[in-house]
Amino acid sequence: MANIMVGKNAAGAYSFYLPKRDLEDAIVTMEFDSTDKWGGEIRLNNGGVYYIEPQALPARFPISLRARRVDAAE
Amino acid sequence: MTTLTREQTEALIQEVLEVYPEKAKKDRAKHLAVNDQTVEQSKKCITSNRKSLPGVMTVRGCAYAGSKGVVWGPIKDMIHISHGPVGCGQYSRAGRRNYYVGTTGIDTFGTMNFTSDFQEKDIVFGGDKKLAKLINEVELLFPLHKGISVQSECPIGLIGDDIEAVSKKGAKEINKPIVPVRCEGFRGVSQSLGHHIANDAIRDWVLDARDGAPFESTPYDVSIIGDYNIGGDAWASRILIEEMGLRVVSQWSGDGTLAEMEKTPKVKLNLLHCYRSMNYISRHMEEKYGIPWLEYNFFGPTKVAESLRAIAARFDDSIKEGAERVIAKYQPMMQAVIDKYKPRLQGKTVMLYVGGLRPRHVIGAYEDLGMEVIGTGYEFAHGDDYDRTIKEMGNATLLYDDATGFELEEFVKKLKPDLVGSGIKEKYVFQKMGIPLRQMHSWDYSGPYHGYDGFAIFARDMDMAISNPCWSKQTPPWKKLPETEELKKAA
Ligand code: SF4
Repeated sequence: MANIMVGKNAAGAYSFYLPKRDLEDAIVTMEFDSTDKWGGEIRLNNGGVYYIEPQALPARFPISLRARRVDAAE
Repeated sequence: MTTLTREQTEALIQEVLEVYPEKAKKDRAKHLAVNDQTVEQSKKCITSNRKSLPGVMTVRGCAYAGSKGVVWGPIKDMIHISHGPVGCGQYSRAGRRNYYVGTTGIDTFGTMNFTSDFQEKDIVFGGDKKLAKLINEVELLFPLHKGISVQSECPIGLIGDDIEAVSKKGAKEINKPIVPVRCEGFRGVSQSLGHHIANDAIRDWVLDARDGAPFESTPYDVSIIGDYNIGGDAWASRILIEEMGLRVVSQWSGDGTLAEMEKTPKVKLNLLHCYRSMNYISRHMEEKYGIPWLEYNFFGPTKVAESLRAIAARFDDSIKEGAERVIAKYQPMMQAVIDKYKPRLQGKTVMLYVGGLRPRHVIGAYEDLGMEVIGTGYEFAHGDDYDRTIKEMGNATLLYDDATGFELEEFVKKLKPDLVGSGIKEKYVFQKMGIPLRQMHSWDYSGPYHGYDGFAIFARDMDMAISNPCWSKQTPPWKKLPETEELKKAA
């Protein structure tokens, strides 16, 4: 499990930040993205895949979350 | 110098790599690249933030340097104890030229060095007692200090001292904040991790100190983050931001104080200059306090104007007008500077090798003077820095990450730039090769270079370095061909 930060830019796209490795990237796809179910598998621009426990849509961004690494890039 | 094509630059990299043994060659090859503006993600072409190869001459610093030297050191009204042997702090003392106002030794302590001066017995029996004693001594000798930070050097982590416990106890006794920072030099691959650790320490020990405390805020409150006031940089930036109508609540950390840091969560926008060293705390404030942050660049009139407009865009029309007013006011002055120096510097080439933000931020300033940056590199950047750099640099220019002494020398020999911008360790190597060098870490005892006022000084300094007549005197008279011929004739 890793601590990550999910942000939202002005255009409404999600961004991903992994403080431990100082990795910043765009989130290309997110499995669930509705008000009551949000999260699931997220795919990064660099090819990495993480899993966030599906939850209600966070009220505010950016937000720090716990995520599981499914498949890391590099 | 002639501009190289992509193939030529690639060949140059291969040529330089030739001397390394197979394994080292493979590793270093990943850190050298030819810029390609079409690449979106830098990691496809350049690897960064990796351990330096043992045996090469790297220019990097350690985590302690990143925390004590960069982030914490400039906070002037705190006493920063270099906890461990005396050398780490003493040899880096006041080297960064973070200017500040105040009476040193009375209410400000920026250029002083405080250390616990570890001896053999402290390593064997632990240094906690010494630290506790030191805290009391500091309080007795310098009663006007506002707080203490304990900057760990390598041995602290190795012998397992509990500086947190000592700090907590000491803070109760003297009734001032004491911040333990676990920035032992061996952590991480470069000073970059030190910045991160220092940011985390600020987050954990400082930022929430005034949560809920009353504060008279205005809609125009901003803070300047990641400006270390080298040669007065932050002052030159601050006047522009204030002139356009914003209120600067705090300044990190050049000429900064503990109180300013504690008040930062009250601002409306964080202005981030050095992304590398302070993005962590900006992200934290964005999450916890909902304060957005904005990267800006105050090098060279083009970028300053761009940044002022970008900052103003976050506020109402009065600020937008303010920004235009400021730009219009300085425009003629900047034009005069450009008119004076551009003809002298037009077409000259520069190679940069610095840290943090400058390898990409100063490109605009050189371009304003008609100069061209043909190679750039960072000591301790991460992938996101290169993402930002690729767009700034011309196609087929050279990028080098954590360049070794050898590589840098070879590149300079081959590319023959008119100027190199790097640090003190490189300065005399290149000057002896006959190539002028300006220190781009400490502005070569000059500065400020930020903002409009800084650009005038920047232009003058670059001209002084390049146009200095000494560079044409590199060949001794007896080796100059025409004169020997003269002599022959005379004989
Ligand atoms: S690496 Fe360790 S010993 Fe060396 S300067 Fe840094 S803290 Fe001091």
